[in-house]
Amino acid sequence: MRWLAPIMLFLALLGATPAFAVQPDEILKDPVLEARARALSQELRCMVCQNQSIDDSDAPLARDLRILVRERLVAGDSDAQLTDFLVARYGEFVLLRPRLSWHTALLWSAPFVVVLIGAIGFVAAGRRARVAGAEHLSPEEEARVAALIERIE
Amino acid sequence: MIPELGHYCLVLALALALIQASVPMWGARVGDSTLMGVAGPAALAQFAFVAASFAALTWCYVASDFSVFNVFQNSHSAMPLIYKFTSVWGNHEGSMLLWVLILSLFGASVAAFGGNLPETLRADALAVQAWIAAAFYLFILVTSNPFLRLADAPFEGRDLNPILQDPGLAIHPPLLYLGYVGFSISFSFAIAALIEGRIDAAWARWVRPWALAAWLCLTLGIAMGSYWAYYELGWGGWWFWDPVENASLMPWLAGTALLHSAVVMEKRNALKIWTILLAILAFSLSLLGTFLVRSGVLTSVHTFASDPTRGVFILAILAVFIGGGFTLYAWRAPMLKQGGLFAPISREGALVFNNLFLTSACATVFVGTLYPLALEALTEEKISVGAPFFNFTFGPLLVPLLIAVPFGPLLAWKRGDVLGAAQRLMLAFALALVGLGVAFALQGGQPVLAPFGVALAVFVMIGALTDLSERLGLFRVPLGVTLARARGLPRSNFGTAVAHFAAGVVLLGVVAETAWNAERIATLKVGETISLRGYDFTLDGLIPRPGPNYREVAAHFTIRRDGVVIGVMEPSKRTFPQRAMSTTEAALMSRGVSQIYLSLGETSADGAVAVRLYHKPLVLLIWLGAVMMAFGGALSLSDRRLRVGAPKPARRKPALQPAE
Repeated sequence: MRWLAPIMLFLALLGATPAFAVQPDEILKDPVLEARARALSQELRCMVCQNQSIDDSDAPLARDLRILVRERLVAGDSDAQLTDFLVARYGEFVLLRPRLSWHTALLWSAPFVVVLIGAIGFVAAGRRARVAGAEHLSPEEEARVAALIERIE
Repeated sequence: MIPELGHYCLVLALALALIQASVPMWGARVGDSTLMGVAGPAALAQFAFVAASFAALTWCYVASDFSVFNVFQNSHSAMPLIYKFTSVWGNHEGSMLLWVLILSLFGASVAAFGGNLPETLRADALAVQAWIAAAFYLFILVTSNPFLRLADAPFEGRDLNPILQDPGLAIHPPLLYLGYVGFSISFSFAIAALIEGRIDAAWARWVRPWALAAWLCLTLGIAMGSYWAYYELGWGGWWFWDPVENASLMPWLAGTALLHSAVVMEKRNALKIWTILLAILAFSLSLLGTFLVRSGVLTSVHTFASDPTRGVFILAILAVFIGGGFTLYAWRAPMLKQGGLFAPISREGALVFNNLFLTSACATVFVGTLYPLALEALTEEKISVGAPFFNFTFGPLLVPLLIAVPFGPLLAWKRGDVLGAAQRLMLAFALALVGLGVAFALQGGQPVLAPFGVALAVFVMIGALTDLSERLGLFRVPLGVTLARARGLPRSNFGTAVAHFAAGVVLLGVVAETAWNAERIATLKVGETISLRGYDFTLDGLIPRPGPNYREVAAHFTIRRDGVVIGVMEPSKRTFPQRAMSTTEAALMSRGVSQIYLSLGETSADGAVAVRLYHKPLVLLIWLGAVMMAFGGALSLSDRRLRVGAPKPARRKPALQPAE
């Protein structure tokens, strides 16, 4: 299965049985809680899939996790409490958006750092080119320019 | 016999590639035209042999020759004929063969159409192209031979993965590879230029058509893959930020940057060193993509370590070409003469801005994709970087880029007037504000960002048309004059306008789908009705149907709006006994550019079936926009100024040298 993935790109990677993720029987009665559950599910990784959230996955483990999320929400957990609970249980691997900490600092700062370095680089290169480009004319050229100007005047 | 012939053709292609890699380059060093002349015929013959090899494998599939291990693994005699063709590249070995087929096709095209290139540049570029080809022939022959035989031929094959049994497989991989591999040409030209230590505006003119062709194929390939995932996977997503998708997005971003910087190089002889870097980068990212998806490193660093032959081989190819390319660049680039000065506010400046944000976006995707792998390899710590991260970082990087798009073409070369450009964009600003207001009025409240996205999309679209209408003098001069001007205007101006307009179209589709998608999940029994956004869906019945190599259960739905029947939809589930797998076939109904999306879930014991219903407003704009963007590229490609060998006043003039 793994070696198939390349060709179709992501398709094959997403697993062999594309089907349903959230099942009708899982959905909570309270629409506000259900919306929270869906939003949270999209940020949680299905542990046995490749790069799929539990909201998208139809793996049994993802289903268990979806039900767990809903149970905790019904029990009154806040989003932060629930996330902490899941991280304690499964590790940071479960979060599709990694937390900002020392080992992800490079990851989170990458976009800003790259834009900054790029901007500095281009500005510096432009300045260098302008300095280098402002070449001075040789004495003969100066003389020719002067002669031309004289002729016009 | 046929598989052995195919195998042998590949060996011959390798031998030819080795000759093409060495003889012309030597010829270029000693100035021997005969030796340099070897490159052209060698490239053409190489293509002929790879094509023969590919045809041999295709024949094995079409004839269902299960004595060939690869065919046995990926085919079935009952499969429809089209899938017998497409399953040639529906597996690792065959897809690598497609990769080298396209690589040799590009090499042969340079040989066939590159008659106006300077002799040494042509010889060097074709030699570099042959190095790449030789490396990949060797990879196939050593680690991934598709022609291996089985001692006892089985009676039946194991069938192609059901997900791949779709017309998408016929189009998506070839287009994607045309894009990926197409960037090898700009890479080869860049390396050749570095070897020669000489580069000028003419270089950009020769390379731009190839880069443009590769870019437009890649655009279509990515769009096709996205649409395929959308209808096949059954939950209506169209982009998942999967590492494999990212692998195709990175060369696209670098390639888009390359196209823009090559314009500066061609027109103003500036940004030369940067353009060369982008040419190397675009193909390096294509190679990286090949490595990521081929090696298994994506699953985990540890799977990679447990079966390393293929991965290590590609890693070695990667190290040689990317490492070699950048080393050569670091050594040679400082010797290249920079030219063409410009003020920060100018057309060049706008294109630099474009390059800055495109490459930053590319770098963000790169870091996000590889960070978990690097972290795991270094610290054993496992983290996930998924869609939420990319949406959070990639989006903001594209906003300044898109705001700048309409300004670029309105600024003059060398020194531009940004206030003047802004004044000329008044209409675009005004219509963007109207878009903002309309979007707010229509949606009411949440999500707050969506109307701003709509405004930006309108700004980009109208801004793209502003440039064009100004050039044509639309509504200011008589229609006849406008038409005359339109005929006179270079195609590439139309291409730019269309592609930029398309960027706005894609954005509009993305914003609308993301913000206003409606979803309903329910369990239905026959005869029951559910509603979504004013559409009523009645389940009339479940129909079992036999297929050629699967069994199917389709659900027949009648769709009504205000009691009037507007159509039927038949989503289905297919079971493939050979692989004991099932797929969902979603049903789609287009209403303008919006779609209704219906897919089936499990059927319970009491005959109720789970269904997933979506209303996706303006979703088709995402792919229509991408196609439009590719069309813009095609328009630009058809510009006679870009056509290879176009500026040729007299045909038979052997001494004619390309303009320096």
